[in-house]
Amino acid sequence: MVDDIPEKEYLYKGNTACAGCSAMLALRYILKAAGPDTIIVNPACCSTVCQGSYPKSAYGVPVLNIAFAAAAAAADGIASAKRNKGKNIIVFAGDGGTVDIGIQALSGAIERNANILYVCYDNEAYSNTGMQKSGSTPYGAITTTTPTGRQDSKKDIDLIIMAHRPQYMASASAAYPKDLYAKVKKALSIEGTKFIHVQCPCPSGWRYSTEKSVELGKLAVKCGMWFLYEYENGKLTLNAPTKVALKKPAPLEDYVKPQGRFKGVNLERLHKEVDEGMSRIKGLADLETLEKAKEAAQ
Amino acid sequence: MKKMATGNQAAAFAVREADVELVAAYPITPQTEVVETIANLVETNKMKASYIRVESEHSAMAACIGASASGARAFTATSSHGLLYMHEMIHWAAGARLPIVMANINRAVGPAWNIWAEHTDSLSQRDTGWMQTYTATVQEVYDTILMSYKLAEKVYLPAMVCLDGFILSHAIQPLDITLPGDFIPPIDLPHALDTKNPMSYGNLTGPNDYFKFRRAMQDAMRNAEKESRAIEKEFAERFGRKYGPVMEYRASDADTVIVGMGTLAREAEVAVDTLRKEGMKVGSIRVRQFRPFPKLNLEGKKVIVIDRDCSFGAGGILAQEIRFHNDVPVFNVIAGIGGQDISHDVIAKLVRKAKPEGEFWLGVD
Amino acid sequence: MIEIRIHSRGGQGGVTASKLLAQAAFLEGKYGTAFPLYGAERRGAPVTSFTRISEKEIKISSQVYNPDIVVVLDDSIMDLVDVTVGLKDGGLLLVNTQHDEKLKDPKYKKFKVARVNVTDIALAEGLVLSGNPILNTPILGALAKLGVVKLDSAVKAIEDMFSDERNVKAAKAAYKKVVV
Repeated sequence: MVDDIPEKEYLYKGNTACAGCSAMLALRYILKAAGPDTIIVNPACCSTVCQGSYPKSAYGVPVLNIAFAAAAAAADGIASAKRNKGKNIIVFAGDGGTVDIGIQALSGAIERNANILYVCYDNEAYSNTGMQKSGSTPYGAITTTTPTGRQDSKKDIDLIIMAHRPQYMASASAAYPKDLYAKVKKALSIEGTKFIHVQCPCPSGWRYSTEKSVELGKLAVKCGMWFLYEYENGKLTLNAPTKVALKKPAPLEDYVKPQGRFKGVNLERLHKEVDEGMSRIKGLADLETLEKAKEAAQ
Repeated sequence: MKKMATGNQAAAFAVREADVELVAAYPITPQTEVVETIANLVETNKMKASYIRVESEHSAMAACIGASASGARAFTATSSHGLLYMHEMIHWAAGARLPIVMANINRAVGPAWNIWAEHTDSLSQRDTGWMQTYTATVQEVYDTILMSYKLAEKVYLPAMVCLDGFILSHAIQPLDITLPGDFIPPIDLPHALDTKNPMSYGNLTGPNDYFKFRRAMQDAMRNAEKESRAIEKEFAERFGRKYGPVMEYRASDADTVIVGMGTLAREAEVAVDTLRKEGMKVGSIRVRQFRPFPKLNLEGKKVIVIDRDCSFGAGGILAQEIRFHNDVPVFNVIAGIGGQDISHDVIAKLVRKAKPEGEFWLGVD
Repeated sequence: MIEIRIHSRGGQGGVTASKLLAQAAFLEGKYGTAFPLYGAERRGAPVTSFTRISEKEIKISSQVYNPDIVVVLDDSIMDLVDVTVGLKDGGLLLVNTQHDEKLKDPKYKKFKVARVNVTDIALAEGLVLSGNPILNTPILGALAKLGVVKLDSAVKAIEDMFSDERNVKAAKAAYKKVVV
């Protein structure tokens, strides 16, 4: 764990986020890790509005606000211009602009090994436009376009990203800021495309009391609905809190019950999905072991 | 049944009453309530349509094109950047001669991000072959969507129904949810994909033939003028509400007219009353149907056009159309850009100060 | 025509309050219209909404600049914004507040000032959503007492929109408790 997190703030007071917004908590630590030699590329999402209105901005680094579908491509444009060599080019995008409308540009960017860090802060809905369902919305969640609860499963963007074989990939959480800080720092030391997926509990969308964001973020990891891990050179490494969760997951109910969005959810079906997710991640983490075993057997 | 509803809700109710079979849409402020209302109606079994929660607006129009090409009645709604993102497919829908109806909640285009009312988004699509109507009341949104399906399915061109973002989309007003009965006949697309009569649609067409399809679109658009009048007449006879390509207010004996589109043109009617009390012979003309563009009654009048849009390098788009169709000098006011509020007081002031010609930006000039 | 401006924070139901007012007017056979002045969707940010009520059709859709009535759902907004800007002399200023200190300020002297504590009324009825007390239905009761709409229409408008009976109870409590 890292304890030498710098004190300088790059996210200023007066940013117009909702009370309890954990995406801003995540951004705060991302910017601390990145420092001033950074350009943020920000597609349409909550972060667009959190900067505040003209003529002010709450972010202490240059920001290119860009159209919803275009973030990864715009970022690659900046990163590919030789004059920008040495700068941190970071996309800070919501799940909508990453998993749905932004996926084409992201796929293309990773395929070209664009020298960018793409951070997807995931509040599991289109929050900026009033909480409509996104590809990242989990089964059972109530959103304004799934008023009786989502009936199908979320898109596993992590697996899609892994299939592109980026230089570095991580799954993180706003509830574990030091872990996020360390992952960003590591990513920025690597050339090529890096992807960090950060879960950011959203009190407005998930319908819980604003002071519970960190508590719920931790529960998500503890019950196995979100994982902390890193993926590098074809190898998946689980971080400590997830190793603990996989051995002895916390009760799913503890995570689900405080959230209004899960009212009336079929807990049994959700449990099944969570269990499947845990098996899958265990399988992926053991893949290297399997490969080595195969090699040894030959 | 009469109830209070927002412009967005009125659009959703009209989609239900028009027996739309397929809705594919992507959320964007200030359209979101349209799709949320539809999602609610569909999920609570109050509406029979299939609803695809697509992942982008380009896909929304593509899905509508697919459904419509197979003979199903289709609908989508969007705004601003969403409309622009589907631009390629907007051209496609018209070229494919599909009777899709789309509600566009007019919103300014970024950068800078601005979520408020402006007409540049839909007006920038005026060359695509879509018919366009600009509404000013919640009732009109509802009625126009119904009439648009009937019209689109007559001339085989898609139709865009426009409403001002927030000012109309989010305003509640009384709405009479008139059941259309058999006003819109069952859809019967002659060029629907049909396994019993297999045809390829839209394949490679060379320079000796392609122009014929485009000329057919031009003819259809011209024919839409006549068909619109017939449909409006039938609507008035059956349901008692009269609509036309323009809505004139105290304009026939006026020596000065204010021309505009959307809610600002209705607000202008209040300015007209104020100015008339001051002794000025002013009237207003609200242009409702923008494509095909109507001939306006401007003979011998001083013309003040309020454009809630701008075509950079050419000025207000409504003004351009009027200058072209009527060959008259126009005092072109550019106002309401990015949601700038235009009150009847301000409109009255503009009329009092208006010159015979020129361009005037509210807030700058 | 009566013009009403409502100041609230995102999430408090100010926009819904403006709609309920228009709905109540509609139920009385009048013409009502209501609309919000939005920034992007943000909990806690100041929001303004407008209602117009008239015997005749309303053609105006621009913002209300000279309200007859101003309603403030969160008195902390009064520290940020001049809520009375444009309010006609003798116009009604209705504030949701727990103390009347702010309202004793001489700048409010030219208005008819009324106060009610709908926050406490909502909490007493258990009318809370995601940790926030619901203020829009009780405030309608206060407005009914002040003669803006009839209590019966206010109750019906609330019942049409919300099934939870506590909304009507809170509105009736506010009807009794509002003080000028």
